[in-house]
Amino acid sequence: MRDYVIGFVLAAILTAVPFWLVMARPLPNDITAVLVMAFAVVQVVVHMIYFLHMNGKSEGGWTLTALVFTIIVVVIMLSGSLWVMHHLNTNMMPAIHDIR
Amino acid sequence: MQSSQQLPADLTAHFYDLHEHDHPEGGSTLLGFWIYLMSDCLIFAILFATYAVLGGNLAAGPGPQDLFDLPLVALNTAMLLFSSITYGFAMLAMARGEQRQTLLWLGVTGLFGLMFLGIELYEFHHLIHLGATPQRSAFLSAFFTLVGTHGLHVTFGIIWLVTLMVQIDRHGLKPANQRRLMCLSLFWHFLDVIWIGVFTLVYLMGMLR
Amino acid sequence: MSAAAPVAIHPVFGRLSLDALPLHEPIVVATFVAVVIGGLTTLALLTRYRLWGMLWNDWFTSVDHKKIGIMYMVLGLVMFLRGFADAIMMRLQQAMAFNGSEGYLNAHHYDQIFTAHGVIMIFFVAMPFVTGLMNYIVPLQIGARDVSFPFLNNFSFWMTTAGAVLVMASLFVGEFAQTGWLAYPPLSGIAYSPASGVDYYIWSLQIAGVGTTLSGINLIVTILKLRAPGMTLMKMPVFTWTSLCTNVLIVASFPVLTAVLTLLTLDRYVGTNFFTNDFGGSPMMYVNLIWIWGHPEVYILILPLFGVFSEVTSTFSGKRLFGYTSMVYATIVITILSYVVWLHHFFTMGSGASVNSFFGITTMVISIPTGAKLFNWLFTMYRGRIRFELPMMWTIAFMLTFVIGGMTGVLLAVPPADFVLHNSLFLIAHFHNVIIGGVLFGLFAAINFWWPKAFGFKLDVFWGKISFWCWVVGFWLAFMPLYILGLMGVTRRMRVFDDPSLQIWFVIAGIGAVVIAAGIGAMLVQFAVSIWRRDSLRDSSGDPWNGRTLEWATSSPPPDYNFAFTPVVHSLDAWHEMKQAGVKRPESGFRAIHMPRNTGTGVILSAICIVGGFAMIWYMWWLAALSLLAVIAVSIAHTFNYHRDFHIAADTVSETEAARTRQLAGAQAAGGA
Repeated sequence: MRDYVIGFVLAAILTAVPFWLVMARPLPNDITAVLVMAFAVVQVVVHMIYFLHMNGKSEGGWTLTALVFTIIVVVIMLSGSLWVMHHLNTNMMPAIHDIR
Repeated sequence: MQSSQQLPADLTAHFYDLHEHDHPEGGSTLLGFWIYLMSDCLIFAILFATYAVLGGNLAAGPGPQDLFDLPLVALNTAMLLFSSITYGFAMLAMARGEQRQTLLWLGVTGLFGLMFLGIELYEFHHLIHLGATPQRSAFLSAFFTLVGTHGLHVTFGIIWLVTLMVQIDRHGLKPANQRRLMCLSLFWHFLDVIWIGVFTLVYLMGMLR
Repeated sequence: MSAAAPVAIHPVFGRLSLDALPLHEPIVVATFVAVVIGGLTTLALLTRYRLWGMLWNDWFTSVDHKKIGIMYMVLGLVMFLRGFADAIMMRLQQAMAFNGSEGYLNAHHYDQIFTAHGVIMIFFVAMPFVTGLMNYIVPLQIGARDVSFPFLNNFSFWMTTAGAVLVMASLFVGEFAQTGWLAYPPLSGIAYSPASGVDYYIWSLQIAGVGTTLSGINLIVTILKLRAPGMTLMKMPVFTWTSLCTNVLIVASFPVLTAVLTLLTLDRYVGTNFFTNDFGGSPMMYVNLIWIWGHPEVYILILPLFGVFSEVTSTFSGKRLFGYTSMVYATIVITILSYVVWLHHFFTMGSGASVNSFFGITTMVISIPTGAKLFNWLFTMYRGRIRFELPMMWTIAFMLTFVIGGMTGVLLAVPPADFVLHNSLFLIAHFHNVIIGGVLFGLFAAINFWWPKAFGFKLDVFWGKISFWCWVVGFWLAFMPLYILGLMGVTRRMRVFDDPSLQIWFVIAGIGAVVIAAGIGAMLVQFAVSIWRRDSLRDSSGDPWNGRTLEWATSSPPPDYNFAFTPVVHSLDAWHEMKQAGVKRPESGFRAIHMPRNTGTGVILSAICIVGGFAMIWYMWWLAALSLLAVIAVSIAHTFNYHRDFHIAADTVSETEAARTRQLAGAQAAGGA
């Protein structure tokens, strides 16, 4: 019970603040962007701990291992695709910004 | 060579498990389901990557600032968050063995899920009405596919939830059903985690662009 | 919004009409007639000998990992014959089409053939073979009674089969893709490929992909959860290790394929603009994404065979595997590195120098653990008492062949060199060199090695050797000319040629293909002869090669429950240690054994998926919707069945084991005499 309530309160705060940051714009855009991303990362961790009950012990640690491996692969896919496609766009599609 | 000196007298008992018991049924299910979720996570990773790469290609069409309605998204997010904690309450009721409570909380969870879907469908309908269809630009293709795939998952989650409610009603909270509830719990909370990525990267970051 | 010319869509039959039957292609018609005659004969024979019940009860609905493994191998073999028929047709066409000759295949047909060859060989030959092998061997090697999710295993197999059925259907109803095996857009988009070909491609791969992913999850969990007591990770047989890494790769890469193909599907069916040329779509994104799946796929194919070679080398050298720990770490390193090399498949697409050099370097780095493995095998053989049985012969052929393929691969990893060789026949020669020399030779080693385990008798050596030499000689004859042609600048997928001086190389390659055909024929004869003479080839010991791992500790073929008592593992090469210690297997005190029950749900679901896929391909929307509903309904109905297991009675176990005791005594007496 306690876990779920803590998780819920934290998640609510971690959702409300970035929404407020973007809707009210108290800060410059780039700082807002960094903060919004940071809040998302923290909230994912909160969900993992309080809702999904992740820890290093369940299933002999294999759930955590699987999660870490997945995160590594996801990071490779996301950053790799962005990097590769950025290069391809600048090299091979110089007119794309004109179209836009 | 060393080991042969240390071998006990009863070799058969040393090398065979003579008193084994059946493996507990379903002992692998949760790990298996978790690994399935990881593979699902990669599907979303590709959709996120596609949105990240193609999301700026508006093709002279409407962009995020023209289309997104943040209060609506905030409401939607709240629905999903509420459904997460109510599912948590269902799990707690299950742990106490209270079947009626479990079913009640599952029902509430399903209603929040339906409201989430309703709001999302309203948003989609509204966008398409504005001419912002999935065909309009790569940005909109990626947007509809990413958000729609999440919505499809929620839909299947609700179908599963209803099925499970019927099964609990019929067979009670027996171990097999408890296991299924735990799997659905993982699934449901996992969808909430994906939604964090969606509202951050698609909606909030979209408004900042 | 690449709207294709709208075809008339019939409310019932979609765009399917009699025009879809390729009556204008005499080759296809002849094939169709042959298939119909062959199919009807098979059906008649099955009915004549009343085998339907046996087939349904003992095989199709079986959840026994051993039977499912064998069914995968049969599927792989059937599809292999189809894929090879495509190959030899291409070789003939290319050897003929010179000096103004158009050859005997028109462009429409030829383009389908090279696409089908690639798709079938990767998805419906190599994958079923590899999955079947892992399915059969892994549970035995870890001392388990079955996989973690036996029903899922059966379902996975049938989904793979459903994909294969759809590919085969494309031969006679409509057409297959003409895009090359990865279906790059915009060519595979609706604007340039409006017909059913790419849709067959998409739906067969999507349906088979479900099976592959689920079977990957199943085997990972099996290895993590069901190992015999005492078998810690570092006491796992190498084949199990490589299988674990392979399945991790499957689970962490096939979803990517699923997602990419879904996006392509949306482009084709809904008119979205992910990979189109206009409205902000980017075909290059497809190439990027599909290779994120594609490169791990390469290692999915080869890693299990690295495991096979390890088992074979150590068994037939009569030694422990040299460098077990380094072998395990090399496998893990390959698993992770295989995610950071994908761009080397499109160096020429226009990334900058920084991107190309990063991926060039990672590609070269990944060859290091592979090289380490090769040295481990060599050191295992060093000072071993090597027995040149068939599995060992295939292993040595692999080492010699694979090294060449690996080195040409490192050559291609250099971006400037790749700019010269990209999409040339040099590349074709390279990957056939590693896939045939690595994956196929490994499979043949595995089949010769584990056949006696699966069926209780060895394979005939004479025909095995004929097959071996035909394959090895045929391979070199068929692919060395392609290296030369590639260096001369000949690109892949060409149908006719202008330069007559090239013809001799294509003729040599064609001869090579014929020699390989002889090798395949000899292998089929080998199977037939071995089955015919099974009594003289019988192995009643269960351990014909003096093996080292647990699968050799039980009878051949193993009983349904694999092990009456689960072995306890104290070291790597557990069975070897048991034999050294002179352990007697327990002959009394058997208990009832808990086993999963057979079910027909997998067959039914897969049949509905075939119908649904076919409906989507031909735009029969009502049937597609109906199939989707049916899949959901049958799945839900399946979850209402809570009685999925039964116990094999202790008496039955006792009888089976007593028969085994008599068999072993007989084998010993025969050995003593």
